[in-house]
Amino acid sequence: MNAPATDPQLKDPIVLDVRAMRIQVRTDRGDGPVLVDDVSLQLKRGEVIGLIGESGAGKSTIGLASMGYTRRDCFIVGGEILFDGADVRKMSADERRRLRGPRISYIAQSAAASFNPAMTLMDQVCEAAIRHGVLTPEAARAEAVSLFRQLDLPDPEHIGERYPHQVSGGQLQRAMAAMAMVARPDIVVFDEPTTALDVTTQVECLAAFRKLVREHGAAALYITHDLAVVAQIADRIMVLRRGKMVEFGDSRQILQDPKEEYTRRLVSERVAGHAFVDSSAAASPPILSIENVSANYPGKPNVISNVSMEVRKGDTVAVVGESGSGKSTLARVVTGLLPRSEGDVKFNGVSLPPRLAQRQRDMLRRVQMIYQMPDVALNPQHTLLETIGRPVEFYFGRSKAEVRERVLELLRQMELPEAFISRKTSELSGGQKQRVSIARALAAEPELIICDEVTSALDQLVGEEILRLLKKLQDDLGVAYLFITHDLSTVKRIANKVAVMLKGKVVAYGPTQEIFAPPYHPYTELLLSAVPEMRPEWLDEALARRNARAVV
Amino acid sequence: MRLFGYKLTWLAQIGLLIVALNVFVALFAPWIAPFDQATPVGEPWADPDWRHWLGLDNLGRDLLSRLIYGARLTIGLALVITALSFAIGIVTGFLAAVAGGWVDQALSRLVDLLLSMPTLIFAFVVLSVLGTAIPVLIVTIAVLDSTKVFRLARSVAMGLVNLEFVEAARLRGEGWWWIITREILPNSIPPLTAEFGLRFCFTFLFVASLSFLGLGVQPPDADWGSMVRDYRDMIDYGSIAPIYPAGAIALLTIGVNFVVDWMLSVHSRGQGEGA
Repeated sequence: MNAPATDPQLKDPIVLDVRAMRIQVRTDRGDGPVLVDDVSLQLKRGEVIGLIGESGAGKSTIGLASMGYTRRDCFIVGGEILFDGADVRKMSADERRRLRGPRISYIAQSAAASFNPAMTLMDQVCEAAIRHGVLTPEAARAEAVSLFRQLDLPDPEHIGERYPHQVSGGQLQRAMAAMAMVARPDIVVFDEPTTALDVTTQVECLAAFRKLVREHGAAALYITHDLAVVAQIADRIMVLRRGKMVEFGDSRQILQDPKEEYTRRLVSERVAGHAFVDSSAAASPPILSIENVSANYPGKPNVISNVSMEVRKGDTVAVVGESGSGKSTLARVVTGLLPRSEGDVKFNGVSLPPRLAQRQRDMLRRVQMIYQMPDVALNPQHTLLETIGRPVEFYFGRSKAEVRERVLELLRQMELPEAFISRKTSELSGGQKQRVSIARALAAEPELIICDEVTSALDQLVGEEILRLLKKLQDDLGVAYLFITHDLSTVKRIANKVAVMLKGKVVAYGPTQEIFAPPYHPYTELLLSAVPEMRPEWLDEALARRNARAVV
Repeated sequence: MRLFGYKLTWLAQIGLLIVALNVFVALFAPWIAPFDQATPVGEPWADPDWRHWLGLDNLGRDLLSRLIYGARLTIGLALVITALSFAIGIVTGFLAAVAGGWVDQALSRLVDLLLSMPTLIFAFVVLSVLGTAIPVLIVTIAVLDSTKVFRLARSVAMGLVNLEFVEAARLRGEGWWWIITREILPNSIPPLTAEFGLRFCFTFLFVASLSFLGLGVQPPDADWGSMVRDYRDMIDYGSIAPIYPAGAIALLTIGVNFVVDWMLSVHSRGQGEGA
């Protein structure tokens, strides 16, 4: 059953041959932008090619196109996609459908959104293989169980009986890998499969994916925006930018000796980083003091319990932890969206009312917030003038002309063109939107800005520019940040104080240099060790360290 | 052919043509109609001839003229009622979603109460008590209809109130009127537009059925629903007179829906991630 039908040696070693592919948007309103321009790659059997680039670089579009699929309004307008010698573009819809599943499969970024919540994992994992008649139902189930075991899922015999909401995000992502592998495809397309996961979970998934690809000898396209992740799994790496190929080469060469300027910037960003932190702020009285705060949603146990920390003028206090650790809840308590049940939150020494509705306008003005997803943080129907101008008008009651003047000033400060003032926010890119979010927060002239994962939805280089901008604003205006994030490499560089949260409690709190230096709190150490490094050996070392600790 | 920069499908073009024709006829009824709607001009049920293209009705009035004047009253009424019911439904529905808590409970239960009674019977009772003047008719149907708009508006707004730009507005300290009109309304236009098209047609038919039962538009004013009622007996005698107003109702319903479908397809088109 497990042996390939024919000897792979006899087949063409190149399983996917993409030649000068070009993909373009075409709508009723005419031809749109070219998403992928003149991209060629040859994927050998058993090889993993990493596709890396920022969003909009065309990575996912290439991944989908290799299965002969494009998103709505996108069309493959040029080139050839040869799958095992046959041009996918010339196939009928029926032939392409027979290809997908048994011969080529796809692992999406968000497993939670891709599984049908009303079907058990087992039914979904086996569905394609059974529907295509590749395996009998019994054989498919046996294969699935063996894959669950290889993927280190707990209780492999019975986990398939569960429903998607009954397993964790990392487990679901691995179940999706099992779904992709069950029919033994020639190619697997991984589309940012670990991006939505916590760092500690990411390590487990990466290890499982790599094991799977190696043991089954499948070829893979691995799409990601994180060079350190792709370094662990890919044999060759293609760097993409704006739909064009920038550089294509052996993984080690790309990581250690990049030829192109753009690649060099990507690599150096991860390797060096720039330390932004200067010394701790002077011992001024705290702006925000959170004292033994607990909070819960009605009828539920505490989400955060007994949390204390202080933010002074010019401080950047980072709150780190995995998803579910209560760090976003802390922000909701400070802003009053979720009333605290115990403890006190003081602003400039004055206790803040627990509920948003009880707070005065001037109190609200002093604490502003910047969100993770700039796409939903800005009203897509508003222009930049309305978005940024509203706080100016609302808090300071300025005239129309003064509001406009102030908005222009803020746009200049954000390094955005003044002409953008009449554009709608939905017309901007992710990085530009985040700049508008910052401008909106600054328009209120706050003393404290809560930054909730502000760079995690952005590409590396764009996120870097946002951090730099935030730092510059802090130097100029003296505003303090409460910086919520799960990205430890960011924390080390921008925060002067850190609070590490685990299950709603602060397990470590203090100046950054002390928290991130031995002796570590065991949980801090676990978090630190899970941040991928740009060396292909890193994953093995991380796993070895973990096993060693488990043995001890 | 293009509208607002979007290509019109041929179905949308047909729909737009039908709607435009109806609106034109409704607006300029007195200039277009060859005769007065209420004055008998000949023998009852006279056959069509070159002066009376569609013939005469049960009282000897010109059928074509009544059809033209009927467009004015029928479309005008349906439009006013639908607009009013949307105004009521959207404001209350959004308010329920934004305020939550007891406001939401009170409004939702009130709507459940209204919905638990069959609309037609309820309208029947109210109109019997308050009389059948046009303003009473408008307010009654609008209030009853607004319950359905409320449910849609509330569920659409529920999806939006948890988005961060609404949260940002609340953190800023904005009042509910700003949040409803500036943050939520602009982002819920597509589903509401679609509903408007459908509701418009339903209202249209509802007025027609009330008129059919004698509680809607009162004689001698012409509206398409009461015309169907007045002429329905003639089917037994082989006359096609009731087909004209019924056909007009059907045609406008189809036309409006073609346009609404097209608007929906334009709005629902994804922006694409491009990643």
